[in-house]
Amino acid sequence: MAELRSSASAHAAQVLRYYFYYSMAPILELRKLVKHFPGQQAVREISLVIPRGSFFSLLGPSGCGKTTTLRLIAGFEQPTSGDVLLNGEIVNQRQPYERNVSTVFQNYALFPHLTARANVEFGLKRHRATEIDRRVREALELVGLTGKETRRPAQLSGGERQRVALARSLVLQPDVLLLDEPLAALDPKLRKQMRLELKAMQRRAGVTFLLVTHDQQEALSMSDGLAVMNEGRIEQVGSPEDVYLRPRSRFVAGFLGAVNWIGGAGIRPESVRLLAPGDVAPDRHVRGIVTGSVFLGDCVQVLVRLHSGEDTVAQLPRRAALFQPGDPVQLTWSAADEMTFP
Amino acid sequence: MKLRTWFLLPAWLSLVLLFAVPFAIVLAYSFLTRGVYGGIELPWTAESYRRLFDPLYLAILWRSFAMALAATALCLLLAFPAALFISRAARHKNLYLQLVMLPFWTSFLVRTYAWIFLLRDTGLFNTALQALGITHGPLPLLYNDGAVLLGLVYGYLPFMVLPIYATLERLDPALVEAAADLGARPMTTVWRIVVPLSRPGIVAGSVLVFIPCLGAYLTPDLLGGGRTVLVGNLVQNQFTTARDWPFGAAVSIALMALVTLVLVVFLRRESEPLA
Amino acid sequence: MKRWLGLYAVAFFAFLHLPLLTLAFFSFNSSRFTKWEHFSLEWYRAIFRDPQILEGTWNSVIIALWATVLSTVIGTLCAYGLWKRNSRTLTGALYLSLVTPEIVSGIALLALFQWAFRWLHWQLGLYTVVLAHIAFCIAYVVIVVSARLRTLSPALEEAAMDLGATPWQAFWYVTLPALAPGILAAALLALTVSFDDYVITSMVAGVDSETLPMVIYAMARRGASPVINAISAIVTLVFGVLILISERVRER
Repeated sequence: MAELRSSASAHAAQVLRYYFYYSMAPILELRKLVKHFPGQQAVREISLVIPRGSFFSLLGPSGCGKTTTLRLIAGFEQPTSGDVLLNGEIVNQRQPYERNVSTVFQNYALFPHLTARANVEFGLKRHRATEIDRRVREALELVGLTGKETRRPAQLSGGERQRVALARSLVLQPDVLLLDEPLAALDPKLRKQMRLELKAMQRRAGVTFLLVTHDQQEALSMSDGLAVMNEGRIEQVGSPEDVYLRPRSRFVAGFLGAVNWIGGAGIRPESVRLLAPGDVAPDRHVRGIVTGSVFLGDCVQVLVRLHSGEDTVAQLPRRAALFQPGDPVQLTWSAADEMTFP
Repeated sequence: MKLRTWFLLPAWLSLVLLFAVPFAIVLAYSFLTRGVYGGIELPWTAESYRRLFDPLYLAILWRSFAMALAATALCLLLAFPAALFISRAARHKNLYLQLVMLPFWTSFLVRTYAWIFLLRDTGLFNTALQALGITHGPLPLLYNDGAVLLGLVYGYLPFMVLPIYATLERLDPALVEAAADLGARPMTTVWRIVVPLSRPGIVAGSVLVFIPCLGAYLTPDLLGGGRTVLVGNLVQNQFTTARDWPFGAAVSIALMALVTLVLVVFLRRESEPLA
Repeated sequence: MKRWLGLYAVAFFAFLHLPLLTLAFFSFNSSRFTKWEHFSLEWYRAIFRDPQILEGTWNSVIIALWATVLSTVIGTLCAYGLWKRNSRTLTGALYLSLVTPEIVSGIALLALFQWAFRWLHWQLGLYTVVLAHIAFCIAYVVIVVSARLRTLSPALEEAAMDLGATPWQAFWYVTLPALAPGILAAALLALTVSFDDYVITSMVAGVDSETLPMVIYAMARRGASPVINAISAIVTLVFGVLILISERVRER
């Protein structure tokens, strides 16, 4: 009986600890953050909470303020107004070397005169950490670079340099790891592979990742949550599915993927089916003429000009696309797939 | 950030102590009076500046100006084809550039002395000319204006080559090809297209040569043999033999004013296209 | 056209280099005159027998070493400070110091020292020459180091601070090592500029602080002498080697 009670209290203690953990302050919070530069309003007021342990992305076109936001979090810029909070503490005035966040720069900014190992050790040495060798070894294993630590950056490939940059930052066990367009400098094939690896690394390390990118495929494939930014403001925050399937503005809809605008509503090309003019359409439908098609290997995009004048695109699996330019055709889609905006 | 301020402090101190303050002192001296035993005395006066306008000294200023102008013109004439050659060279461009700069980076004194060695009565040129039977006695090649001009051109020629080369390098080769395509012969292309487009380099090089030539001291002193008195020699003379510091100071200020004037005029003209 | 240019280039380089080569060639001539007698190292031996030349060389070396070390440190720090944020006044002052005619700098510094000596009761000496050399070497160092700094990405220092380095640590552990070749090149340049200086040095040197250029000048004033040829050959060789090393280092 006594053992049961003690294990129950141990269990209760564990539950309480988790409850406490999740009711603790978020790892990163931006509160009404504003940043003006002379002649430019880079960040016009954003508020955001980043969940602990998540892979979060800031997605937006160039100039939308996402990189400035990253620099505000890292400490390279000071906010014009508003606050940056790490673990509940306002850190606006703290220098980059006083914040427990670490940045992976777009071109990695590896120290050229140091070996990979020395690069990774750098932060530990500045913090006068103990057990440097063990921690460096573990970081190199985490990113998959064991065996190459004696090389200088010039002797490493692009992908290897990125791993050094990751190891260098992760070894410090930051609260948040900031990544500035980390895949931009890699060639396309490597990029796809690195998406999976980065995701796996984040899971293994258990560190909160905040990624900044203009590539919507990157953001969608890697993130647990993402914020879409435009002209210094956040347009929408949510999971990848939320943002892609239920965009809250035309901008978000258009930025996350292609959109057919038909009569004020938006329909994604992959949600459109094509029928012959005589077939009975199950739900929504409009008529038009095929103007061309684009073969993309895994699918075909059929271009249709509607009678009402709009040019639309239907994305169909290879086998289903049997239309020639000039064919009259019906576009159909399900009302549930429509995206409308106030 | 504060670190940057600390880093600039030693340079500031050095420049203030070793540059600004000395010049302030010279400026002050130029308005004082020569002491009985050489040296400085009150009262304050603009007498030294009035003496500058004495025809004797105006002549020195004018001759310095003319000498510097001549040296600059000669350097331009000699340097341009060389810069053109290097910019059109298919290989070894860096080697040629280093060959141009190498003499400059060795001792200026040695290079000036080389001309004493070559031009003197028993020097190489005279010995060779006499050996070939062209002349019977030594020609006075040294210790005159011509020798000084030669020394100045020899000394500052590399300063003209590099800026012109830099501009030529940036020239779009398609422009030269277009000119040829339209029927221009090589010399015409150079004269009508390349030269005008290399104006920034020409101006930069000219300024880089003109200013040191204006204030030249060592070259006229060694190669002019005391007969060629330019502004630099005048200044040195006033501070040593003549012991007339106020006047020497006034001449120095006048020289600095001329130098600054040239800089301001030419740098402003060249920044206008950028504005 | 190309042929003419090529011919011209040969003549041009000959004009630039032959005077020095001739000087060196005749330094091995046993005769004082420009008629070749026979090969001799007489004039080189004469250098080592002349105490004035040896003392002048020694003074020049001491002055050059002090001036180089100090001006390189001051100049490097200055270039770094300007890289972080430009100061137009300071940059303007540095360029002005380069452009000022040497004779004017010389008399200005002499005036400074004479005026200071009224209160301090000191004399002109090696140290006044060192101070004067520092004044004009700083600008050269700033130019060379600044050029090297421009090739560095500012992201490197940001990355260092991001990883926990203070601004000073970022400079010391990241920027300075990357800058090392440029600093070395600047130092070599300052060394040659200082060693070769005559005009400013002659104005501010004391009685006991004759430098090698001053000795050469005095000899040249009296007329040509093969000993000067020999000194010139050695000086040119040493300078040439130093500059070539400096160029190699800069390219790294």
